[in-house]
Amino acid sequence: MSTSGKARTTYREAVRAALREALQRDPRVFLMGEDVGRYGGTYACSKGLLEEFGEDRVRDTPLSESAFVGAGIGAALNGMRPIVEIMTVNFSLLALDQIVNTAATLRHMSGGQFSIPLVIRMATGGGRQLAAQHSHSLEAWYAHVPGLRVVSPATLEDARGMLWSALQDADPVIIFEHALLYNLEGELAPDAGAVDIERAAVRRAGSHVTLITYGGSLGKTLKAAAILAEDSIDAEVIDLRSLRPLDEATFLASVAKTRHAVIVDEGWKSVGLSAEILARIIEGCFYELDAPIARVCGREVPIPYAQHMEEAALPQVKDILAAVRRVLAHV
Amino acid sequence: MSEFRMPSLGADMESGTLVEWLVRPGQAVKRGQVVAVVETQKGAVEVEIWEDGIVQALLVQPGACVPVGEVLATLADDTPLPAPMPPPLPSGEGVEVLPARSIPASESIPSQPIPDSSRQPTVRLRASPAARRRAQELGVDLAGIHGTGPNGAVSLEDVEHAARAAQTRATRPAAGAYDPAAMRAAIAAAMAKSKREIPHYYLGTSIDVGHAQDWLSETNAQRPVKARILFAAVLLAAVARGLREVPELNGFWIDGSFQSAESVHLGVGIALRGGGLVAPAIQHADRMSVSELMQALGDLVQRARAGALRSSELNTATVTVTNLGEQGVESVYGVIYPPQVALVGLGKILERPWVQDGAVCVRPVVNATLAADHRASVGHRGALFLAALDRLLQEPEKLA
Repeated sequence: MSTSGKARTTYREAVRAALREALQRDPRVFLMGEDVGRYGGTYACSKGLLEEFGEDRVRDTPLSESAFVGAGIGAALNGMRPIVEIMTVNFSLLALDQIVNTAATLRHMSGGQFSIPLVIRMATGGGRQLAAQHSHSLEAWYAHVPGLRVVSPATLEDARGMLWSALQDADPVIIFEHALLYNLEGELAPDAGAVDIERAAVRRAGSHVTLITYGGSLGKTLKAAAILAEDSIDAEVIDLRSLRPLDEATFLASVAKTRHAVIVDEGWKSVGLSAEILARIIEGCFYELDAPIARVCGREVPIPYAQHMEEAALPQVKDILAAVRRVLAHV
Repeated sequence: MSEFRMPSLGADMESGTLVEWLVRPGQAVKRGQVVAVVETQKGAVEVEIWEDGIVQALLVQPGACVPVGEVLATLADDTPLPAPMPPPLPSGEGVEVLPARSIPASESIPSQPIPDSSRQPTVRLRASPAARRRAQELGVDLAGIHGTGPNGAVSLEDVEHAARAAQTRATRPAAGAYDPAAMRAAIAAAMAKSKREIPHYYLGTSIDVGHAQDWLSETNAQRPVKARILFAAVLLAAVARGLREVPELNGFWIDGSFQSAESVHLGVGIALRGGGLVAPAIQHADRMSVSELMQALGDLVQRARAGALRSSELNTATVTVTNLGEQGVESVYGVIYPPQVALVGLGKILERPWVQDGAVCVRPVVNATLAADHRASVGHRGALFLAALDRLLQEPEKLA
């Protein structure tokens, strides 16, 4: 316990607290996915919830993403508030038809008669030597699709607070949890609760360059900003939080102020989120720019298994530093 | 490719502040063209370039103070880019161009070569969007700004820096005004160096200028009022031609030896308001007529006082003339301006008793003096110069 009354906790525990609160507060809420019940969740996020809430509300599913996401859509259509956990974004591609062709479209195709208040949580990202089957950052695939809301909690507060807000949305929401964040430790107020899921957040104010990032790259970006500060480079760090829709007002205002931007995205550069953000900056504040925008992204390869190669494939603090110095011509 | 460097605009100059670029990258320049304005301790100077070429990059930004010899810009050879061979044209005269194969009459050949845009050397200016907009707002020309952004692009800060520099220039009391303290320091340095290093010797003689004055009066009577010549121009013409006869007095003492100059670039001491002094050169004064010298002198005095002297006028004088006659001085004992080796002094023209043909008469007489560097010449040679000056002033018609 700290003097501020905040409790020491982890991202994983914050996710679990959010799940518990949802199950407690709304009888329509239930959790479903592979290994979420008896095993307690692949990342142990739902440990103890089966015992606490019973098999009706914490349901283990067969290994069929298409089936259990489809079941979640059906339940949502029928008035429930399902939380579907998919082990990793790589596996979610098996449910792409359900998510993109059904969940995202039904409101529009029914002329507004039906909505799908479904929340899908999934782990994303590399850095754990789990190779190309488990390590990709495919947030952009979902951020591409109208009819979905996509959020990415990068802090304990957001891990704790985004779920409840997502459940209040009448339409499908996808929550991306970067797998490296589950062990993130920090302090959280005992009364921490729902947070907005619309706005980006300025995690560090600065005046020389805007660093735009989200999810698992936020920590590296803040670390880079701290190192830059020793060099008298004052970086502003923006955590997008919502990947669809993008809160462009926040990052455009920041870039208009600093006139320099570096985008840090673990996803691939080509046709990715970083490309979209870069395009929005060019569209929205071209005349404010004082240098070309730089991107620090995942290398365009399937994420390698070998540790040194995986490290080389993912954005690192040194890469962010180099990009910022290039943009500011402080090479 | 060649380099354009901060010129030395005087022996005492160690550094200069680039005030303004008058060219931009991609622009073709000719030898002798004024390409930049440099602020020295003696005021703003228009600096010329000494090679033909195309400005490649401006490496120093206005407002920057750089040492003499520092590269200010790079220059590309002005050989035009190789153009593709135009199609052979059937020519009626001149060299017959034989086509490689016979061309049937029906196969038309373009009557004019297609214009090739690659012949024009175009260097696209790199500037950030923010810099471009700000430059427009501030009315700053991007072309003259040295870019410090990524890949040498002009950044917003570069534009604002240039605008501030321009502002500073604009808020100075008057165009060409100089900093009296800085100029005083420059004169002090040069004169101390002169007296420390140059073993001066001094010679003086009185010269009857009555004949020359009469000649000038006649000449002026035939000229429109505006084109009338001052007697100072006659004196300068005589000094310049006299120096040609004694080359040991015209040139520079550099690195322990004397280098005589081929032409007499006559430095003329011009007092500035506020106590300043410059001695810009009239180029090739020894080849000028009195009337040309008059014109050059008038132009030089005007521009010196307006602060618009050119670099070639400030660093090329091979000898200096100081005329203090207007101030009533009878004799000037000059201090040589290094690395020059002589200074000619002229005093006031006075009516004096003068012995001519065994009789005393009243004649206008000027006291001409010579301060010369004993390392470069001996008194005998100095005396020959004063004698030549006297002789030339007795034959003013030859100076016309």
